[in-house]
Amino acid sequence: MAKFSIENIEIKGISAAVPKRIYNNIEYDWISLKEREMFIKTTGVAQRHVANFGTTTSDLCERATNELLKKLNWNLEEIDVLIFVSQSRDYVIPSSACILQHKLNLPKSCIAFDLNMGCSGYVYGLSVISSLLNSQLKKGLLLVGDISTLHTSHKDKSAFPLFGDAGTCTAIEFNQNGEKSYYNLQTDGEGYEAIIIRDGGARNYVSEVSLKSKKISDGIERNNIQLELNGIAVFNFSLKEVTPNINELLEFSNTQKDEIDFFIFHQANKLINESIRKKLKLPIEKVPYSIEKYGNTSSASIPLTILHALPKQLENKNKKLLLSGFGVGLSWGSAIINFNNVVCLPLIEMD
Amino acid sequence: MEDIAAFVKKIENEFDELEKGTLTPQTNYREIENWSSMHALIIIALIDSEFDVLLNGDDLKETQTIQDLFNLVQSKTNNG
Repeated sequence: MAKFSIENIEIKGISAAVPKRIYNNIEYDWISLKEREMFIKTTGVAQRHVANFGTTTSDLCERATNELLKKLNWNLEEIDVLIFVSQSRDYVIPSSACILQHKLNLPKSCIAFDLNMGCSGYVYGLSVISSLLNSQLKKGLLLVGDISTLHTSHKDKSAFPLFGDAGTCTAIEFNQNGEKSYYNLQTDGEGYEAIIIRDGGARNYVSEVSLKSKKISDGIERNNIQLELNGIAVFNFSLKEVTPNINELLEFSNTQKDEIDFFIFHQANKLINESIRKKLKLPIEKVPYSIEKYGNTSSASIPLTILHALPKQLENKNKKLLLSGFGVGLSWGSAIINFNNVVCLPLIEMD
Repeated sequence: MEDIAAFVKKIENEFDELEKGTLTPQTNYREIENWSSMHALIIIALIDSEFDVLLNGDDLKETQTIQDLFNLVQSKTNNG
């Protein structure tokens, strides 16, 4: 049972960068206007920010990190760990985290590695970096995000209008006054095909065939280096697993639901998230959204939602947040973390 | 569990572009005007919240009409 707590950790600040370019889903003429309206109403995604070809997740994260480091006035020499969580890394080899260590002028004494995770990645990343920091390291940077739009086919109505791009940075430090945080992390690899890019890894090495676009069904054409999303499987999984995972965490941490100030969910789609909210009987004002403006931003969705919806509520305050990420893997997890005077930078828009 | 008429009405209420009285137990729900996978998700969400029955893709494949859906949900509530 991967339920555990971590002590001596404090989140100091969060920042995020999104591409300036906006795609309005009402203009998505691959499908009929009626279908577009239905899509927007059901998923909640009216628009999303889309990176220019060539801009990578690490570019967005680098910008977000530089702004945050300036604001926090951290001594770079004290940064002992950088973790980059993404499924759209700069290269197949090497890790983007190594490149970022250099670009950010971090010391050679810094640990840097990638975590290949999506929707659950922020919660997983927080648990890993917090555990490392709790081994007496000083400061850490958790860089999280994706350029999912690069991997979707314009002719795939199930995936193209859903995703947006974002890169985030969360600054965390070892602090003996930090309050305990709690985690409940889970996995079910049987569902690995629910969200998948089939070719380009070692199992199906990229070939000419990988690039051939195929008609899958009405309104869905894509090739094998593009993202395949089984909406019903993901929906079914989310409704089944997320609520019990959160209830177990509440019980494990001996926390009452009403002690939690805000529940921040991965922004999967509005219908999924609202179904989960209703199952947990949570009031709408405790469950903020960013999906209307930014779409499903993969692992970036939790920090992005915090910055989009809660900067005023968190500024100079001590609040208890429950974070929950779920999706590709299948992988899911939740965390209860105190946000004590966390610096929330305004969202950065990047050319 | 409620009767089929109430079930049909519930599904109808979920799709506000539908005129009331359009659906019957014999309606093949995939032939609802402008049917898309979004409608399938809405039906799954409705059945989950109303009857605490979570349908998956295979369950849906087995059904054609609203009556089939109703029977499926009924069999799952009786068993569980």
